[in-house]
Amino acid sequence: MSGEIEIQNLKSRDPFAEADEDSGQTTQTQEYIHIRIQQRNGRKTLTTVQGIPAKFDHKKILKVIKKEFACNGTIISDTESKGLGEVIQLQGDHRIKIRDFLINEETGLGLDEKTIKIHGF
Amino acid sequence: MSSEEPNLQRRASSRKSVTFTDERVVVDADGSVTMVATPNDDTKETAMSHTPRTPPLSAALGAFTDASQAPANGAADGADTNPDGLDLSLMKKKKKKVKKEDGEGGDAADAAGGEEAIDLSMKKKKKKKVPKEDDEFSKKLEALNLEGGNGAEAAAEEDAQEGDMDKGTGIWGHDETRIISYNPLLSRFFALLAQKNPDHASSGTRSYKIPPPQCLREGNKKTIFANLPEICKRMKRAEEHVTAYLLAELGTSGSVDANRRLAIKGRFQQKQIENVLRTYIIEYVTCKTCRSPNTDLSKGENRLYFITCNSCGSRRSVQAIKTGFSAQVGKRKKMQG
Repeated sequence: MSGEIEIQNLKSRDPFAEADEDSGQTTQTQEYIHIRIQQRNGRKTLTTVQGIPAKFDHKKILKVIKKEFACNGTIISDTESKGLGEVIQLQGDHRIKIRDFLINEETGLGLDEKTIKIHGF
Repeated sequence: MSSEEPNLQRRASSRKSVTFTDERVVVDADGSVTMVATPNDDTKETAMSHTPRTPPLSAALGAFTDASQAPANGAADGADTNPDGLDLSLMKKKKKKVKKEDGEGGDAADAAGGEEAIDLSMKKKKKKKVPKEDDEFSKKLEALNLEGGNGAEAAAEEDAQEGDMDKGTGIWGHDETRIISYNPLLSRFFALLAQKNPDHASSGTRSYKIPPPQCLREGNKKTIFANLPEICKRMKRAEEHVTAYLLAELGTSGSVDANRRLAIKGRFQQKQIENVLRTYIIEYVTCKTCRSPNTDLSKGENRLYFITCNSCGSRRSVQAIKTGFSAQVGKRKKMQG
């Protein structure tokens, strides 16, 4: 056991690699997909999905979602002002459904569940 | 919590198995007659010699069983109320004092139950099981004696390494050279852990209780969160921090009025606020290492927030509260004008 530990310690380790890992974690936190809900007038709500990776075509996703959830929606590109990237905005409360869609590997995007955060009540 | 429950149960069961071996040896200690009647057993003699070294055996046993039973109770409670172990559901009714008393009463009842359980187990060990086990044991011992001294040792090994660690019998013997397998060692570790600090198991599983949020409706479009200061005091967090989190999560704006109540724009029910508070507690109050809510949130170097646990001493950074995207709701005229 002690021999292994020694070997591990003898490995030349770049002190900045760890820092990189740390920053990688922070970038990961930035890579979270945030699903939020917002209240409108009356019982109406908006669902916003922020942080879908750029490798996906947001327009196509929106098209599929709109059909599947039977709601309207739009893409808001907020890149310049706040740096939030493109945000998909849907009418109504679709938080659970959209999470399932993002996770689903066959009919959805097949993303990791841990990267998705649902906000709101 | 839910994922841990089977663990706890398993642990409890393993402990029980350990206690079972304890009982046998307790029987031995009490019914020394059997030992006198059937001499010639090496292990038993070592047991005799070792017993005086651990005087508070019964006390240790009590702590032992207490520790093994308490987490089971707690787990059951937690499963009943909430997967997070945060007990808001208990307090949904509107009058606070009654609820608090309820909760405390429940706690007290729990504690009393634990004590009773101890008493019962003690009684069982001393009164009920003695005669039965006496007979069995003496029979066994006689059989062993027929086989001879070597046979006794072999049987002990066959018995999956039994022995009482409190007394140092069996595999735990002082001059025992057999290699102890992993499982007995593990159970010994947990037993010793629970024995030496009995408050660990009890404090870890106790659900964290905060008063329920009181929500009033102001007009048609505003919700007033009345007892925010009280809750913040309970959680030991700055009101500004909680407020910022609430508003960011709910995606609205709000303000604190003269009575330090929080007025949130939008209609929110108590349950919804409760959910947000629960996530807040999970993220910013409970210690991720030991789950204790006894933590401090402070701003460390680099403008990062750190949570320092007061019970286990761990320290971790937490995310800053970010508002994120919020769609523009309402008329455009208002925005422009």
